[in-house]
Amino acid sequence: MDLVTPGFGLVFWTAITFLILLFILKKFAWKPILGAVSSREESIKDALAAAEAARREMENLQADNERILQEARAEREAMLKEARDMKNKMIADAKEDAKLTADKMIAQAQEAIQSEKKAAIAELKGQVASLSLEIAEKVVKQELSNKGQQEKLVEDMLGKATLN
Amino acid sequence: MKLSAVRTLFLGIFLVMSFASVAQDEDSMIEETLLEEKTEDKKFDPKEMIMHHVKDAYGFHIIDIGENKYSIPLPVILWTDNGLTTFLSSEFHHDYDGKVVVEKNGGKFVNYHEKVYQLDAGAETLQLGEDGYPVNAAKPLDISVTKNVFMMWVSVLVLFLIFIGAARKYKKSENFIPKGIASFVEPLVLFIRDDIAIPMIGEKKYKRFMPYLLTIFFFIWLNNIFGLIPIVNGANLSGNIAFTMTLAVFTFIITTFSGNKSYWKHIFWMPGVPVPMKIFLMPIEIVGMFTKPISLMIRLFANITAGHIIILALMSLVFIFQTVAIAPVSVAFSLFIILIEIVVTAIQAYIFTILSALYFGMATEEHEHH
Repeated sequence: MDLVTPGFGLVFWTAITFLILLFILKKFAWKPILGAVSSREESIKDALAAAEAARREMENLQADNERILQEARAEREAMLKEARDMKNKMIADAKEDAKLTADKMIAQAQEAIQSEKKAAIAELKGQVASLSLEIAEKVVKQELSNKGQQEKLVEDMLGKATLN
Repeated sequence: MKLSAVRTLFLGIFLVMSFASVAQDEDSMIEETLLEEKTEDKKFDPKEMIMHHVKDAYGFHIIDIGENKYSIPLPVILWTDNGLTTFLSSEFHHDYDGKVVVEKNGGKFVNYHEKVYQLDAGAETLQLGEDGYPVNAAKPLDISVTKNVFMMWVSVLVLFLIFIGAARKYKKSENFIPKGIASFVEPLVLFIRDDIAIPMIGEKKYKRFMPYLLTIFFFIWLNNIFGLIPIVNGANLSGNIAFTMTLAVFTFIITTFSGNKSYWKHIFWMPGVPVPMKIFLMPIEIVGMFTKPISLMIRLFANITAGHIIILALMSLVFIFQTVAIAPVSVAFSLFIILIEIVVTAIQAYIFTILSALYFGMATEEHEHH
């Protein structure tokens, strides 16, 4: 029965000792330890959050880079296309121009040739007329130097000039 | 830090032992020869031996070498009709059969089965009744520093060394990285917090109870372990019902004072059941308030004491059979039980703590839906 009868002395000392132990450990052990642990956990949480944020930022940057690269590539593509178009257009324009100019030149040349030809013909006609006149004059002069021949000429002429 | 703490502990034990040998009295020889004669014709009584070892004692008995008994004398502090009376336990000369009468402060005191009795006026020797209890003596109010109280203080010193040392480590280290003893203490502290306090009490309110839970866990655990150290003769503090009762009463007080409205409502007027049931449940719940700490008290006491009794009983086999041949069996079995007991030290501390936390959790729980 002694075994299960709490003795007053031990209850008394246990209560006092436990309260002192609780008080001192609370003040000098549990508070600093739990404080240190929780501040460390806090700092770990912060560090993790910061790392996460950095990672996200990195991802954003990478996405940005990707986008910029894409844009640059598209721009280059566009520029190249434009250049090619322009080249083609220029070539086409040049061709057109050249053709027009050539046509014009040909037309002018033809015109010039025509007018030269006309002038040449006119001149030739004039020269032929004057030459004919000279010839005619000379012939007439010669023919008309003797009487017989004048008559013969008129006769020949008349003979040739059939009236029709 | 861990090493130096262990060194300090050993140094302390050696100091205490040298003190003990000094304290051995010369004039106790006469008394001891008397005792020897008496014990020789007495047969070995395992029950008495076990009970003697399981119970508290006034002196800190270390070892017997031949005829000499070595023990650390501890103060006996009594409150008698003549006021405070103190003397050292060595004045009983290792007697606990009520044979040695110590006269102090006008009173005569004897140690009968490790309880101090004050002889009634006029009585010279202790008379025992039929039931084996003294008839001509009364127990004075006794607040002696007994073996258990002494070991409790040693455990308190060790706890201070370990935990205040650990707390210092944190202060010194940068980024609160645990070093030295702190790295040994931290997992245990975190275990109490993450596996006992937070699940039982809840994230919001656990902080208030943390110092208490940590303190009882380590206090009980360390004293359980101290109870297993053979050299200190099993100062069976955590297997003493006074100790477990005191701690259980603390848990009860904290539970009762932190009980919120819904806790009391669940005791006196259980919500969600018909009125006759409410009336029926009320006395059960009121009894439940008290059975919880009582179960704490008995569980720790019974587990630790039972372990000690088993080990001592196995050791007694040698003396019961009066042969050394049984010794290997005794040693093997008690070694096995001691190994189990080492596990039990932690388990019982854990159970006491987790149940305390559970009761605090029940007292502070917020019931939102019913």
